[in-house]
Amino acid sequence: MDPVIAVEGLTKRYGQRTVVDHVSLTVEKGEIAGFLGPNGSGKTTTIRMMCGLLTPDEGRGTVLGRDVIRQAREIKREVGYMTQRFSFYEDLTIEENLAFVARLYRLRPMRAHVQRTLEELGLSHRRRDLAGTLSGGWKQRLALAACVMHEPKLLLLDEPTAGVDPKARREFWDEIHRLAARGITVLVSTHYMDEAERCHRINYISRGRLLATGTVAEIIARSGLASWIVEGAPAAIDAAIERLHGAPGVEQATPFGLTLHVVGRDGEALARSVRRVAAELGLSARPAETTLEDVFIHLMGEENSRDREAA
Amino acid sequence: MRWLAWHRLWAMLVKEFVQMRRDRVTFAMMLGVPLIQLVLFGFAINNDPKKLPAALVTTSEDQFTRAIVTALENTGYYRFTHILISAEKADLLIDNGTVSFVVTIPSDFARRVMTEERPQILIEADATDPSVASGAISTLSTVSANALRRELAATAGAGAVAGGGAALEAVVHRRYNPEGVTQFNIVPGLLGVILQMTMVMMTAMALTREVERGTMENLLALPATPLEIMLGKVLPFLVVGAGQVVVVLVAARVLFGVPMAGDMRLLLAGILIFVLALIFLGYTFSTLARTQMQAMQLSFFFFLPSILLSGFAFPFRGMPGWAQAIGEALPLTHFLRLVRGVMLKGADLHTVSSQIAALIGFAVLFAALALIRFRRTLD
Ligand SMILES: Nc1ncnc2c1ncn2[C@@H]1O[C@H](COP(=O)(O)OP(=O)(O)OP(=O)(O)O)[C@@H](O)[C@H]1O
Ligand SMILES: [Mg+2]
Repeated sequence: MDPVIAVEGLTKRYGQRTVVDHVSLTVEKGEIAGFLGPNGSGKTTTIRMMCGLLTPDEGRGTVLGRDVIRQAREIKREVGYMTQRFSFYEDLTIEENLAFVARLYRLRPMRAHVQRTLEELGLSHRRRDLAGTLSGGWKQRLALAACVMHEPKLLLLDEPTAGVDPKARREFWDEIHRLAARGITVLVSTHYMDEAERCHRINYISRGRLLATGTVAEIIARSGLASWIVEGAPAAIDAAIERLHGAPGVEQATPFGLTLHVVGRDGEALARSVRRVAAELGLSARPAETTLEDVFIHLMGEENSRDREAA
Repeated sequence: MRWLAWHRLWAMLVKEFVQMRRDRVTFAMMLGVPLIQLVLFGFAINNDPKKLPAALVTTSEDQFTRAIVTALENTGYYRFTHILISAEKADLLIDNGTVSFVVTIPSDFARRVMTEERPQILIEADATDPSVASGAISTLSTVSANALRRELAATAGAGAVAGGGAALEAVVHRRYNPEGVTQFNIVPGLLGVILQMTMVMMTAMALTREVERGTMENLLALPATPLEIMLGKVLPFLVVGAGQVVVVLVAARVLFGVPMAGDMRLLLAGILIFVLALIFLGYTFSTLARTQMQAMQLSFFFFLPSILLSGFAFPFRGMPGWAQAIGEALPLTHFLRLVRGVMLKGADLHTVSSQIAALIGFAVLFAALALIRFRRTLD
């Protein structure tokens, strides 16, 4: 079966700046694809190009089997796009917003669709409140509900859980998994690692370039990073950070409460450095699993040092 | 249809109407502005020249002079505050605004009346504010001629010198503003100006508001087509425009007694086309401007020449050629001709067909521009 998203070499320039640089991406049907990357890396721009809201300067591809450049209108009809910034009407009530969408997509009977969506959202009692009076988290839920109303085959969610509390976030993701189980494909951008881990596949973009793609395990394995955990008294941990900084093999040393997470590509050198510092300061050290966050921070660091070399 | 489906247009219309209703301030302004403008401008019209101070320059105190003075005062327009013998003093009075009129009865007036030698009186009017002077002037020659005839009849016996009175020549000098726009010109003109101001400005903000609030991204991602979005944004203003038209026309009739000489249906058809042209123009501005502020500025940029060069503020034919050329390119110019023609002169379709054609041309041009300029993407 053909992938739901298959784009190649998508490029977008604003003036001299290349904001998205030859991004190629494939997402299979029913997959939850995560889209990660630092601020300003080009996630929103890429998503907009895929749903026909921006015209790519270069590149081609299909979304839901339709050409991203020539069939933007058809793509828009079949995609549910949730924008990063809340973009429903704050001066309309919750119900009026949903009715607007239902009428546009000709969902019949309109009242029943709106009613059901309100109930599923749990917002029936606030139906006549202006959307602008909702809290940030509720706005996000309303936006999601509104963009799945017409039963799209593909959902493009741009940071849908920004500013949402952990419980609502979890419910949000349960909902995304339910939708995926029904065969809906989801591409979701996020900055949260726990959310990334709930994706089937991950695409990591930085400065407009797609740097890594695969399952969480694949990405971690491919990074070739080794990790150690150092534990002990707080004062000693602080001292350890200082000594590990710049030590052979050590690329990151990040404190997490009473533990220190030390990461590096050269496993041998890293082990030697960590053992030496731990022994000097009377700390315990043990090898650990490399996390996705370690990998991403590592990838960002690599970008930076490449830039410095280039300069 | 591919570019226009009723269910999507309906969705847009419902949304726009609800938003319009909820935006109380704007909504109040849309119906309040015409009323306020009418009252403001209309006050000047209502302030129809009653008991305006006048100076009389005369050397003789004969019966004819008295007859004319009394007749003029009886019209209610004139109140003689100064009876003088020197024309220089009268000049000073009208220059500094102490009097609005100077009536000069020459010293040989009585002799000329008696010898039937075309007696003359000279009336100089301060026409800086033409609406103030025009009523007084328009009644002038008949009133004074009648007065003179009556007076002659009384002196010389009925029927004897009827012809002598008719030969009275009232020489009118409108000073400072020789054109003298008449008062009825203003209310129909005001209809055009009010529509021009509110319609263009309101629609100009229609799209930029969506852009500013960030809802444009979502609207573009939804399946509404550019045509549906445009009609959805523009048609509600047609309803608002209709409300304004009713307000102004009723006020013109009731408050100011402006006549309706021509065919009402023709007038309404003309208004409809004019309003369509305006809202499409506003929508075009909406596609050009990035912010609501810019949209406002564009509207004002268009509003000023419309007021100044359309024949609303100054008589069109009195302007230099280049200004007339610009004026011809403004919808308001054509609308003013149409509305004045139909309301005041009772013009029929045939007479105003070129104005109607011009307005249709503007409407089509602006609608096409708006659709071409509409950005389907966020690029
Ligand atoms: N219209 C525009 N004109 C100029 N530059 C733009 C425009 N839109 C986006 N950019 C730039 O493109 C880059 C990528 O922006 P984009 O919004 O795609 O990033 P992002 O990955 O979504 O970031 P975030 O995580 O903060 O949402 C940014 O540096 C931004 O400044
Ligand atoms: Mg973004």
